Amino acid sequence: MGALIDAFGWFGDGANWQGPAGIPTRLGEHLLVTVVALALACAVALPIGLWLGHVGRGGTLAINISNVGRAVPTFAILVLLFLTPLGLSVWTTIIALVLFAVPPILTNTYVGMREVDPDARNAALGMGMSAWQVVRKVELPLAVPLIMTGVRLAAVQVVATATLAAFVSGPGLGRIITSGFGRQDLPQIVAGAILVAVLALVVEGLMEWAQRAADPVRRARRRSASATSRRDRDPETLASREEAVGAS
Amino acid sequence: MAFRGPTHTATLSDDCLVRNDWVCPEYVRTRSSDIVDALVEHVGITAVSVLGGFVLALLLAVLARRWPRLRGTIVGTSTVLYTIPSLVMFSLLLPITKLTVTTVIVGLVLYSLTILVRGILTGLEGVPPEVREAAVGMGYDGLRLLRKVELPLAMPAIYAALRVATVSTVAMTTIGMIVGHGGLGNLIDRGLDSNFKAEVLTASVLCVVLALVADLVLVGLQRWRTPWRREVS
Repeated sequence: MGALIDAFGWFGDGANWQGPAGIPTRLGEHLLVTVVALALACAVALPIGLWLGHVGRGGTLAINISNVGRAVPTFAILVLLFLTPLGLSVWTTIIALVLFAVPPILTNTYVGMREVDPDARNAALGMGMSAWQVVRKVELPLAVPLIMTGVRLAAVQVVATATLAAFVSGPGLGRIITSGFGRQDLPQIVAGAILVAVLALVVEGLMEWAQRAADPVRRARRRSASATSRRDRDPETLASREEAVGAS
Repeated sequence: MAFRGPTHTATLSDDCLVRNDWVCPEYVRTRSSDIVDALVEHVGITAVSVLGGFVLALLLAVLARRWPRLRGTIVGTSTVLYTIPSLVMFSLLLPITKLTVTTVIVGLVLYSLTILVRGILTGLEGVPPEVREAAVGMGYDGLRLLRKVELPLAMPAIYAALRVATVSTVAMTTIGMIVGHGGLGNLIDRGLDSNFKAEVLTASVLCVVLALVADLVLVGLQRWRTPWRREVS
């Protein structure tokens, strides 16, 4: 308990809220690298996952990349990149973050596309839709819940990995923790840890909300339910399907 | 007698330690005892954490099955724990367990819990009700029903979770270096401080190899312990 009270004392010190090592600066850095890395990872993983899922090939790669990603220590990748000519550049952090954000997005996108009911796909083809239309109007909307699960897992992973960037003098809130270790300042360590924990939980919460908001099937159900005030169908059937891959 | 020049220039110019190469057999040869020590610590921390997490997860899963109202709390809490980054977890444990290996182990146990509790619950909930009823009808009850009927049928899901938990734990143990107990992570950290490329790469590769070996061991264990599923998998 004493440590917690001391940590709140650290928050109370105005000096910790100012300057290049202050809480707002570090939080800004953390959010910036998180958003940039997540956007880059989506730009890489989504097209590949959608394409592999659509043509139904490369499943071994798409699934196993997540297993490999789990086996590689984030700390090792950060240090290895740091010892390359990239060094202190912010790209050391961003590349490491992207490397660990790609696997969950790629795997979940692939699985989401493969799990689309073949009847729905065949019906769309039978109606004369082109391959591109099938992807955009049938497969993608049905795969959105799983794709968003992947993005959520990646976001949580990125926030966590961004903390470790501090070990190689990278940006972000982790610096508060590591400089606390460097100065043997326990209140600062605990205060930094509380900041990151709150950020991680907020990101997880926001992503869960975004996941629900982005699901076109759920949205369509809500629209039809409110329009006709019919007895609503069970909206939880999709949630249970998300869990299967989300737990990985 | 022919005069020979100093030999050490020749050996020095060929020394990958001096050139600070990424790959350096000389490093592995001269520091082998360091590497073995780090490896042993790494394996020890991982094994204790996963085993501890498994025992705790089994207990929690059984509790969640017995009292369904506890289920939401247990699954929810373990999900929250999993969202917290490892460095943060170790930092928050620091005031309680100090700079000891306990900090790392407690942190890693809490991590593996999320994966394991979910896996065990998925497995137990996948047991067909008619199988359970038949067993109850034959006089199985309580612990014996769990041990002889439910757990064996839940094994595939449990092993899947155990593999994910073990592989993640091997990787995450490296972060323990923040309190001086990170196994191979200690070597990576030392290599970082002294800009020693061979040390960083060797420890990193060993870490990935260790994760793969642990995974294979579990696959082997699963085949040995669930012989009735060999045709399936």
